Amino acid sequence: MSGLQDLYREIILDHYRAPRNRGELPVPPAHLVEGFNPLCGDEVVLYLEVEDGVVTDVKTAGQGCSISQASTSMMSAAVKGKPVDDARALIRAFKALMSIHESKLEGAEETDLSADLEGVRLGDLEALQGVVKFPVRIKCATLAWNVLQQGLDETAAESEA
Amino acid sequence: MMSATTSTLDVARIQADFPILARTVNGKRLVYLDSASSAQKPEAVLAAMDRIYRESYANVHRGVYTIAEEATAAFEAARTKVARFIGATDSREIVFTRNATEAINLVAYSWARANLREGDVIVLSHLEHHANVVPWHILRQERGVEIRWIPITADQRLDLDGLDDLLDGAKLLAITAMSNVTGTIVDVAGLAARARAAGAHVLVDGCQAVPQMPVDVHAWDADFVAFSSHKLLGPAGIGALWARAELLEAMPPFMGGGEMIRDVTTEGFLPNDIPWKFEAGTPAIAEAVGMGAAVDYLQAIGMDTVRAHERALTQYALDALADRFGDRLTVYGPAGADDRGGVISFLFDEIHAHDVSQVVDEEGVCVRAGHHCAKPLMRQLGVPATTRASFGVYNDRADADALVEALAKAEAFFAI
Ligand SMILES: Cc1ncc(COP(=O)(O)O)c(C=O)c1O
Repeated sequence: MSGLQDLYREIILDHYRAPRNRGELPVPPAHLVEGFNPLCGDEVVLYLEVEDGVVTDVKTAGQGCSISQASTSMMSAAVKGKPVDDARALIRAFKALMSIHESKLEGAEETDLSADLEGVRLGDLEALQGVVKFPVRIKCATLAWNVLQQGLDETAAESEA
Repeated sequence: MMSATTSTLDVARIQADFPILARTVNGKRLVYLDSASSAQKPEAVLAAMDRIYRESYANVHRGVYTIAEEATAAFEAARTKVARFIGATDSREIVFTRNATEAINLVAYSWARANLREGDVIVLSHLEHHANVVPWHILRQERGVEIRWIPITADQRLDLDGLDDLLDGAKLLAITAMSNVTGTIVDVAGLAARARAAGAHVLVDGCQAVPQMPVDVHAWDADFVAFSSHKLLGPAGIGALWARAELLEAMPPFMGGGEMIRDVTTEGFLPNDIPWKFEAGTPAIAEAVGMGAAVDYLQAIGMDTVRAHERALTQYALDALADRFGDRLTVYGPAGADDRGGVISFLFDEIHAHDVSQVVDEEGVCVRAGHHCAKPLMRQLGVPATTRASFGVYNDRADADALVEALAKAEAFFAI
């Protein structure tokens, strides 16, 4: 099961079995964002609290496959307490990680991707890299990050308004 | 009609007819358990399509040269074969479409738009595939028709207690003959009789039933029957709508273009005769021929034999799953194989459907995970996704055993 072991690294299964930051936050002040993966019915619900440019608290709910839920858990742990700018850099880096496979297939330049990855510590998140070998599951892994991006965009728009 | 006595299927011989079954996946024998999604193709179908391209390919209904006539004859012969296969006596009643989805849309866009108006009632069931749901939602948005739903029981059969109320004033009953998720076999003839008594027309989604059991559209007493070639051992890209000739005669064209006309002037057009009135543009010629070869292949086996095979194998698999996993595995649908086709949807308590199908793929076992294009049904089941195994003529007990073993590995892999 070598391919499988790449996909389901122990750390991923650990986040799946014991997801971090599960729960809810009062809305408002927290911001609620949801995302769905129509292919598998994965659902990610994110409660996001942003104050003075910092992600002060994150809680997650929803259900789905181990990849989507582990990615959600890892994402919540990675951005909690971080400045919004760092969280955005992480989103870019994570998406770059997930698109390396595709861009290799298309023969695209890799430089712009490594620019996104540069200077960003992915840590545990790198365990999700095995997903790129299973292209249909990439959407499972990126769902939480798309939801986070939407949440950050919406809170930014609100604070401007 | 189908007088051939039911014999047991020589599956080993059948398997030899399907070239793809010789390949391996991840070093394992390919165990294909996704025929409800799309079936594999026998050599006879591949050869028939190859032959038409190599020897007689030309556009149909156009040229008078020899190969154009051969292509047209092969195309129309396929229509006759498909008609006979479902008990239709008049091959003009078969309209070739791209697939079942297009066949149902043809009815929704042509017949329904000509015959239904605001407040008219369409009755569907909670078992339906999106192909038999969304066209009616679109019609509702456009026309304000009302959609009523036949509910289901705890074991995912139709709950017919309130049927007469649902059918009261209905113009159309659009119903699947077999669920693609739970395998539930629907008593189409019984429902059609009650729909008719209420004055409704009857559309049957035959996508799963036509490949798996003897079907006679007149015994069903339906008005419209939709099905796809690709689930019937034939190629993708072609399907059929069967409809009563008098309905087709009265229906307005669906798409306009070449082939579907008798005459065109700067002022207007005269539609062609049925069924060509509904076949605008160059059709899928080799695919039609392939579909004809596929029904020949199934007819040679005998659909009673196919049904007996599906039923025996499904019962075997249901028993094996229950023996091995007990309550840890929820299996949806009617308890025994008498009332279900060769489709089994299931879910482990603690493991997501997609994770299960990923792990069993490692063992060469192909099963589908997801909502199976039946989200209203998934809502009734209260789950976002199930894993589904489905059987074709080429599957045997060894395949069911391989599924059970692979599922045991998945269970161990995700053990908490
Ligand atoms: C019951 C049922 N209806 C309709 C369809 C749609 O078939 P197609 O995609 O070939 O149009 C399917 C296929 O998944 C089905 O199982």
